[in-house]
Amino acid sequence: MKDTFKIGGKEFTSRFILGSGKYSLDLIKAAVNNAGAEIITLAVRRTNTKERENILDYIPDNVTLLPNTSGARDAKEAVRIARMSRELGCGDFVKIEIMKDSKYLLPDNAETVKATEILANEGFIVMPYMYPDLYTARDLANAGAASIMPLASPIGSNKGLATKEFIQIIIDETDLPVIVDAGIGRPSQACEAMEMGAAAIMANTAIATARDIPEMAAAFKSAIEAGRKAYLAGIGRVLERGAEASDPLTGFLRD
Amino acid sequence: MSENQFFVDSDKLGEKALEKKHRLEREPSCRANHMEYMEGMEQISSDIMDKVISEMKSYDYNKYSEDDVRRALNKETCGIEEFKALLSPAAMPYLEKMAQRAKIETSRHFGNTVYIFTPLYIANYCENYCVYCGFNCYNNINRKRLNSEEIEKEMRVIADSGIEEILILTGESRGMSDVKYIGEACRLASKYFRNVGLEIYPVNSDEYRYLHECGADYVTVFQETYDSDKYETLHLLGHKRVFPYRFEAQERAIMGGMRGVGFSALLGLADFRKDALASALHVYYLQRKYPHVEYSLSCPRLRPIINNDKINPLDVGERQLCQVLCAYRIFMPFVGITVSSREQKHFRDGIVKIAATKVSAGVSTGIGDHESKYEGKDIKEAGDEQFEISDGRSFDEMYKDISEEGLQPVLNDYVYV
Repeated sequence: MKDTFKIGGKEFTSRFILGSGKYSLDLIKAAVNNAGAEIITLAVRRTNTKERENILDYIPDNVTLLPNTSGARDAKEAVRIARMSRELGCGDFVKIEIMKDSKYLLPDNAETVKATEILANEGFIVMPYMYPDLYTARDLANAGAASIMPLASPIGSNKGLATKEFIQIIIDETDLPVIVDAGIGRPSQACEAMEMGAAAIMANTAIATARDIPEMAAAFKSAIEAGRKAYLAGIGRVLERGAEASDPLTGFLRD
Repeated sequence: MSENQFFVDSDKLGEKALEKKHRLEREPSCRANHMEYMEGMEQISSDIMDKVISEMKSYDYNKYSEDDVRRALNKETCGIEEFKALLSPAAMPYLEKMAQRAKIETSRHFGNTVYIFTPLYIANYCENYCVYCGFNCYNNINRKRLNSEEIEKEMRVIADSGIEEILILTGESRGMSDVKYIGEACRLASKYFRNVGLEIYPVNSDEYRYLHECGADYVTVFQETYDSDKYETLHLLGHKRVFPYRFEAQERAIMGGMRGVGFSALLGLADFRKDALASALHVYYLQRKYPHVEYSLSCPRLRPIINNDKINPLDVGERQLCQVLCAYRIFMPFVGITVSSREQKHFRDGIVKIAATKVSAGVSTGIGDHESKYEGKDIKEAGDEQFEISDGRSFDEMYKDISEEGLQPVLNDYVYV
């Protein structure tokens, strides 16, 4: 059976979601192809331009667009940007990004829940970017989110799974696909998140700032696939906590 | 430190005007108190100025050693102390290392994108006597104020060239270019451009709110120098003389709902290391108070003006400027850095690869002359320029040059919400 996952009723084979920011535009296509990505995010504000350098022209037709609301500072602004995105013909998918901090760009969970509820009611397929907090994850699920996108570490930091334990809790406790987003700097970190049971990985800076962009995209693809396989195969017994005693602890039982 | 010779007398000035000018230049006692707000100037409750000025006053850059610089470069996060070391003379031998670190920070936060904008001067009337500025009220230049048809014509010419972000500038005259006039220019600009910024005289927060509603979302105000004693000797007459009102302009703009604010000292007016420290700390403390706002820094150096071609940036050479910009980037990786056409092509091409994230193109600092500059048409009644530019590249040339450096020119990354 094919290993796929679903978001908003749409089925995807690739578990690598690629960001389109920070690139030279002519390299986006090569990155998408080598990544085998089926979903690509883009900032609605970057598409707000005339034809000369519109980023939309550089994105291959066969991928699903995941417009994001970056630039929004509260729920109201995120909702307006999402509606604008729909009007621009970018489809019903939307990744909510609400940041009230220009230094670390950390998401505002409370505002994100509000925006998720409004947009889900308007028929958007809502994929909220969030700080990994279990209560927020549940609120987002109740508000109608199609997935949960917790951050691994601050965006652009390439620091990997700084929030590992909390992401694991969300993976364990929610039924929605959990897509690890932001801060993944190396293929090995992407692999680790997939081993934990993440449904997919979203990465941008790590690829956009690599010396060889298409090669790095390919490296991430392999790592994500490896992590997924490992998760499905079941992590080996040697990695489980504690050793098995040679005399069983339950050997005293008589019946 | 050597000084610029700023004072130039025009033979067009009447006897009385000349007498007043000389009195302002020679007798400090006849000038207004530069620390006192004038009538109509809003006073806000803020401790930012005190924090910045006291840090700047206590900054002794000669006490830092090469050891301090190395330590600062090896630390993962750069705090105020590390920043002070990076700005000190001891850091000069480490310029290449600083550039390497700055490049990493820039690419982490901005990738390889470079934003392009152009300034549009709509009026050059000015009520201030700032001795280094080509627009100063005693300088004999052609004055002009564009009417709305003329503004729209200029905007159409600029927009046709492909530019999507505009910075509207005026001379500092409430009388000749009032807030309503500037608001109208913002409304027009919103029709032709995706992103509208302002660089005008400081106004009150309710006026910033009005201008925001007219379509502007970014406000840049240069403090020129953060040394208030020096400031007093350079800004002899007019509203601009009031140091604290100018200092608090960005905070009032934020209170008025603006998305972003820009800052700078004009390097070459006073001690540039202290001014660079104060500019960055101005951003640093405001960012802690208003974390949602976007911040940017510029780094203009003094340039010659009409009727005084000897004005120069003194001890701020390209190496010093590069040091300042690298230190800014390492201290505040998230902040936008703009490098204007005051700098030459080779410097701008080099610095966008290290620290700068925004450059101007197709620049004119004159009034109403875009058609002649962009399309070669003969315009007779243009207003004179604020200063001489050093990089006259058109938008197309800039776009091509940035692309050829392996960077991605970005024309807009903004929506008005």
